[in-house]
Amino acid sequence: MVQPSPTVAMRAITKRFPGVLANDAVDFDLAAGEIHALLGENGAGKSTLMKILYGFYQPDAGEIRLHGTSVRFRSPRDALARGLGMVFQQFMLVPSLSVTENVLLSLPRARLRLDYRDAAARIRGLAARYGMVVEPAARVWQLSVGEQQRVEILKLLALGAEILILDEPTAVLTPQEVRDLFTALRRLAAEGRAVVIITHKLSEVMAVADRVTVLRSGRRVESLRTTATSARALARLMVGREAFDQVQREPVPPGPEVLAVEGLSALNDQGLPALRSVSLAVRGGEIVGVAGVAGNGQRELGEVVAGLRPPTGGRVRINGRDRTRASALEVRNCGVGHVPEDRLGTGVAPNLSVADNLLLNRYRDPEFGRGPLLDRRAMQDEARRLIDEFGIRTAGPAAPVRTLSGGNLQRLILAREIGTHPRLILASHPTRGLDVGATETVHQLLMNQRRAGAAILLLSEDLDEILLLSDRIAVLYAGEVVGIVQTDRVTVETLGLMMTGARAAGAGSGVR
Amino acid sequence: MIALERREAPHPWAPLAIPLISIASAFAAGAVVLWLAGVNPMAAYADLLGEPFGSGFGIAETLVKATPLILTGLAVLLPARMKLWNIGAEGQLQLGAIGAAWVALFTPIGHSPVAMLGVIVAGMAAGALWALGAGALRAWLNVNETITTLLMNYIALLFVDYLIYGPWKDPASRGFPLSATFPLDARLPIIIPGTRVHLGLVLALVAVVIVTVALSRTRWGLEVRVIGDNPRAARYAGMNLARHTLLVMGIAGGLAGLAGVGEASAIAGRLQRGLSPGYGYTAIIVAWLAKLNPAAVVIVAVLLGGLYLGGDSLQISLGLPIAVVNMLQGLIFFFVLGGEVLAGYQVVIGRRRVEPVSTGSRAAR
Repeated sequence: MVQPSPTVAMRAITKRFPGVLANDAVDFDLAAGEIHALLGENGAGKSTLMKILYGFYQPDAGEIRLHGTSVRFRSPRDALARGLGMVFQQFMLVPSLSVTENVLLSLPRARLRLDYRDAAARIRGLAARYGMVVEPAARVWQLSVGEQQRVEILKLLALGAEILILDEPTAVLTPQEVRDLFTALRRLAAEGRAVVIITHKLSEVMAVADRVTVLRSGRRVESLRTTATSARALARLMVGREAFDQVQREPVPPGPEVLAVEGLSALNDQGLPALRSVSLAVRGGEIVGVAGVAGNGQRELGEVVAGLRPPTGGRVRINGRDRTRASALEVRNCGVGHVPEDRLGTGVAPNLSVADNLLLNRYRDPEFGRGPLLDRRAMQDEARRLIDEFGIRTAGPAAPVRTLSGGNLQRLILAREIGTHPRLILASHPTRGLDVGATETVHQLLMNQRRAGAAILLLSEDLDEILLLSDRIAVLYAGEVVGIVQTDRVTVETLGLMMTGARAAGAGSGVR
Repeated sequence: MIALERREAPHPWAPLAIPLISIASAFAAGAVVLWLAGVNPMAAYADLLGEPFGSGFGIAETLVKATPLILTGLAVLLPARMKLWNIGAEGQLQLGAIGAAWVALFTPIGHSPVAMLGVIVAGMAAGALWALGAGALRAWLNVNETITTLLMNYIALLFVDYLIYGPWKDPASRGFPLSATFPLDARLPIIIPGTRVHLGLVLALVAVVIVTVALSRTRWGLEVRVIGDNPRAARYAGMNLARHTLLVMGIAGGLAGLAGVGEASAIAGRLQRGLSPGYGYTAIIVAWLAKLNPAAVVIVAVLLGGLYLGGDSLQISLGLPIAVVNMLQGLIFFFVLGGEVLAGYQVVIGRRRVEPVSTGSRAAR
């Protein structure tokens, strides 16, 4: 099904950001009726290329042809008008409005009187056609992340989008939701629409894409049919070397109990119960993974332990001392490192320097100043040491943190949080959005800490990661621990089932 | 076809060029208004700029007006670095004057050798307490400080009226709403003989240095900057946001209070109406034109202080109302803020050649 004239042809697209060549003469073709994966590591230029296509950025050089005619989009609005839509990782929905209202909002020239019934019927029709079940009357905040993503896609379809670009669409989905999404995408392609998925997950490329374009350091490496390649070959193209996660979980003698959570309850931001009597424990030299679909309490669990969210019941003990209502500072001071879920939103002050951010947990220490004054030189020196030790790629300690790429940002946060050799590490989604190379680095760093005797509570939605790193796995569903299992006695399928609330059948022997 | 396009990075000349172009544009727009008012704009501008910067006396008077602008400018700037909007410098200034008057007139300290110190401390404390009201509401109940600080200005002004029409009215004032004159010991000294430039200018410059160093070189300043940049990161790093909100609002109120001390004790010598022609509001412009940089506050305060003086002169020589000066201030602020927004975009003219297919679509909007 090779198309004579591709729907989209991008030629020699070049885009320069201050100090970075994000796209270097990249060619990209997209044909009607295909699912095309754009594969590459973080910072390879995938998102930039697609944002150029979507009119979000303007290229410095190069040409975009749509249906054979040269086009130039000044803004996403122009692109949408020409049938080109993009779903970003951060959804752009109004939580307090219904699905129908969100779709109506995005339509051009909304009339004064909105015809809800007609719109709801259209949404239902579209949803049924592509197998993307969603209730038009539901408020967006009530929807799961997967459902919200469907609303985003339906919005574009209601606008008549013929070309859909999805940025890392599976990053926040459960395995089941991923399957549903792929089914929907195949139907869309079968109707002659063109779909681009931006990803760095090889398995997804092989599972759903017809063609794949690999980018590396802003250049196009290769465009291939997926039938003519393999995951291994793609990995080599993507990173330019053989790179596979080779983390070894060697046995470490269990140390004393570092974290003990007993009967913990807490509310979420909406004031609804998020944790219901959660109990678990982590010993030194042990990684306990907490698996669960987003919104089932992992975030709240991490926050309560870190002293960022007051519990409504239960106890938290760290190193044998009661820390149930300790402040974030008190928790930090008893030897806890915290890798937060939202790197940019929580982990750093983006406009402050790399040095300031690297020492956000230690600037109070006497070695970095006298009295109220900071010792800038000592801070710079320590920052330089951490930059070298953790291989953070940055212009220097004085550079603002917002100039760092995702992987480097995570290195910075890890350098800060584990550079002090904490007794307990709370790691929330430590590799979300990171590429193969950066993920491997993060996994190695965590394993090194485990070997050194640290207790690690790993909160992640990535089951592969949980299975790879954890000694034991606790599954959270609706704020309750469905079960705690030994990693070597459980399968992905069982875990997937537990994540939907099914009690660990047959895994009972693994329960603590 | 003219369109705006987002820029990914500001133009390298932008930091210097934009304020200059903005101010020039404001004067150009102001010229149109002056012309419509039947005044020769060039003559008006010659007056407006010649008066404050054209003579020794003019420069000294400009510094007199710059003094409260520096202090209130800092009072806006410091909270703004933490994303707190202190619109209440005007009221905090009035409270500073009240505090100063109380110590000078109604306590034994007013006639003691430490009167000056007492006046300064009392004025700063009164301003600080006034601002702390809004700070506490914000810190503990999350009440929007923009609104509370603004509304408290009116209370402060009416409080001054109450005092000078009522209990603090000087019996010797023959019915005028004035307090008694401060004892000499309680007056801030003139530091340049023959002018009205007073000790407050020195204190203001010291405050600039302290705020600069505190923000850039202390643990406290790092915390303020982190909170201002990303409050969630600050909380995550274990910082106490409520305590910082209180402290920063208190310091801001103290600085604005010090401005009030200067106006009451050095310039007017008493508590009266009209101690401030709106310094606390102009302070907002000062802080933003200075891009929240404490050192730049000095320059901007001198410029705007000159504008006040030139405005006085315009009223006398050309019979123009003070509203003209307010209008120019407004225009400058408007153009500078507009310029900041536009700096994030570039204007694209023409270049439509590649869009032949936009018929019927909204692309050509």
